[in-house]
Amino acid sequence: MLTSILEQLINGLRTGSIYALIALGYTMVYGIAKMINFAHGDIIMVGAYTLYIGIALLHLPVIPAMILTAVVCSVLGVLIEKIAYKPLRKAPPLAVLITAIGMSYFLQSMALLIFSSTPIPFKSVINLETVQIGSVHISGITIITLLVTTITMVALTLFINKTRAGSAMRAVSEDRGAAELMGINVNKTISMTFAIGSALAAVAGILYICQYQSLRPTLGALPGIKAFVAAVLGGIGSVPGAMLGGIVLGIIESLAKAYISTELADAIVFGVLVIVLLVRPAGLLGKKKLVKV
Amino acid sequence: MKKVVSVGLAAAMVVSMAACAGSETTESTAAADTTAAAENSGEDTAATDGMEEFVIGTTGPLTGSAASYGTSVKQGEEIAIQEINEAGGVTVGDKTYKLVLNYQDDEASEETAVTAFNTLLDSGMNAYIGAVTTGACLAQTDLSAEANILQITPSASAEAVTENDNVFRLCFTDPLQGEMIAQYVVDNGYESVAVLYNNADEYSTGIHDAFVEKINEADSSLLVADESFTTGDVDFTTQLTQIKNSGAKLLFVPAYYGDVAYIVQQASDAGMDCDFVGSDGWDGILGQVTDPTLVEGAVFLSPFLATDASVADFVEKYEAAYGATPDQFAADGYDCVYVIKAAMEQAGSIETDALIQAMTEISVDGLTGSVTFDASGEPTKSAKFVQIVDGAYTAM
Repeated sequence: MLTSILEQLINGLRTGSIYALIALGYTMVYGIAKMINFAHGDIIMVGAYTLYIGIALLHLPVIPAMILTAVVCSVLGVLIEKIAYKPLRKAPPLAVLITAIGMSYFLQSMALLIFSSTPIPFKSVINLETVQIGSVHISGITIITLLVTTITMVALTLFINKTRAGSAMRAVSEDRGAAELMGINVNKTISMTFAIGSALAAVAGILYICQYQSLRPTLGALPGIKAFVAAVLGGIGSVPGAMLGGIVLGIIESLAKAYISTELADAIVFGVLVIVLLVRPAGLLGKKKLVKV
Repeated sequence: MKKVVSVGLAAAMVVSMAACAGSETTESTAAADTTAAAENSGEDTAATDGMEEFVIGTTGPLTGSAASYGTSVKQGEEIAIQEINEAGGVTVGDKTYKLVLNYQDDEASEETAVTAFNTLLDSGMNAYIGAVTTGACLAQTDLSAEANILQITPSASAEAVTENDNVFRLCFTDPLQGEMIAQYVVDNGYESVAVLYNNADEYSTGIHDAFVEKINEADSSLLVADESFTTGDVDFTTQLTQIKNSGAKLLFVPAYYGDVAYIVQQASDAGMDCDFVGSDGWDGILGQVTDPTLVEGAVFLSPFLATDASVADFVEKYEAAYGATPDQFAADGYDCVYVIKAAMEQAGSIETDALIQAMTEISVDGLTGSVTFDASGEPTKSAKFVQIVDGAYTAM
């Protein structure tokens, strides 16, 4: 029983940390641009396919292929912002939301056109033996996932809190107008946010594809939605909130599937979200903003 | 604000009206095209070989996660039709018919399957083989009954498929598969078994329910874990962890190969070392796993095995034409065409009622064994166990 609970917790931690990585992208973009970038989940898919192209078709070594993936996703993220979102910056939020959903479908359909909907098997590039501690088994990919997400999150936290560019991001997120008056280049900061968010999605895409080893155009949709829920759960706009939200969501999901019911797992996850939002409308770590009128 | 809303609404109306008009035009043009094409081809064939055409319609997934099944059925049918036409077509009474295949992609989706079936009806067909997957087939059976068309499904195995009198099935049913696997578990002396099935899928649930009933009848302590997932799931680690900790020595997965590929991979990651047994949806698994050793030793049910000496002729033709080894779906498609041929010859007519009547009177010795049909539409035939040995499908 104890082994089982421990293993289920580790399962939850693993899925949760991937959710957290993706949720960071949602929350950072929301913090800065005040919009939900629904195409974010599909960046994961683009990342997964880019890795596949790099390794299986261009025969690149693993590390350059991963760097290529991160670069392609960052550039794509910035391009999406410039082409689809920037012209709508002054438009009502609903227009931006619909554009983002449209962007998501656009990316999926492009993948569908190029690669067709038949799943492509893709052998993991991370090959680490399953580790056994006592009677608990931890797969190699789980260890790598936990390591990579921890390192990424620490690096991101340091970047946001200790560098000038990070301060600029926080300033823009606090008050865009004031930041602009203080000489911060808002456009550059927004582009940078999209680039970082998309690079995180690329990392999530790489981990995802090494875990599940099968590519299809819709692979980013479900983790994208789950990560969005995680971002809201943790408090959208808050970076530590996204990390916490992702991990909490992953663990609840895993335990609910294992000990309550597979069918009810999603209902339980969303039930928790509703309860959290009833008690803390801004999410677990979200800041309550007083708007003066 | 009001102005903006009204402008927006007006714009939406204009767009939707334009869209309606647009689709109408395309539809009518498309229809005209098909008729024209049909007329042309009719004239051409009449000129070349003087035979009338007997159109066999089929829908199956050519794209999507079950694409392997549909593609195989199509290729099997093409080989059978080519053989029959080369041998001089089908003689019905004093007429000779040339077989023609009209194959539509249904993506294994119920909505697309209905559209695809209607497309076939509109362009005209004499008999229908399909659909390849259970869900899609269930969506079509009432339509085919209404249109009064002989329907033979090569591979849809849910019981409800053959409820209508015009629908026949070539493969064995879901419950039968579940019972056979339960018997396999008992016969091979496994002390504990777990099952992981898709509870959102008729095929998987049908096999699961019969399996659980039969296994509990034999010995209620055998089944130690009963876990489920839903269509589209890619993460099975939670269920597999439960199964691993239940101590099951054998895992039964009645599912399609796409799901199975994820399951065997994640079972290996979780450090599981149990044996696997599967339903006929496992056919094609070797093309979907990244590492064939993951399924080494796994056993599943299949009515057809390409390495059998009795089917060597078909396998050779298939390999020459498509560069791939045929699976059971290709054999099912091939056999369905021969079943229709036999029914046509028996009936002495191509009228649906005569064909349906003839179905219960024929016996076809096909690639998937000798088969006869009863009035309820069910086939009488046997299943074979297949084991994956050294990365290849092997008869047991």
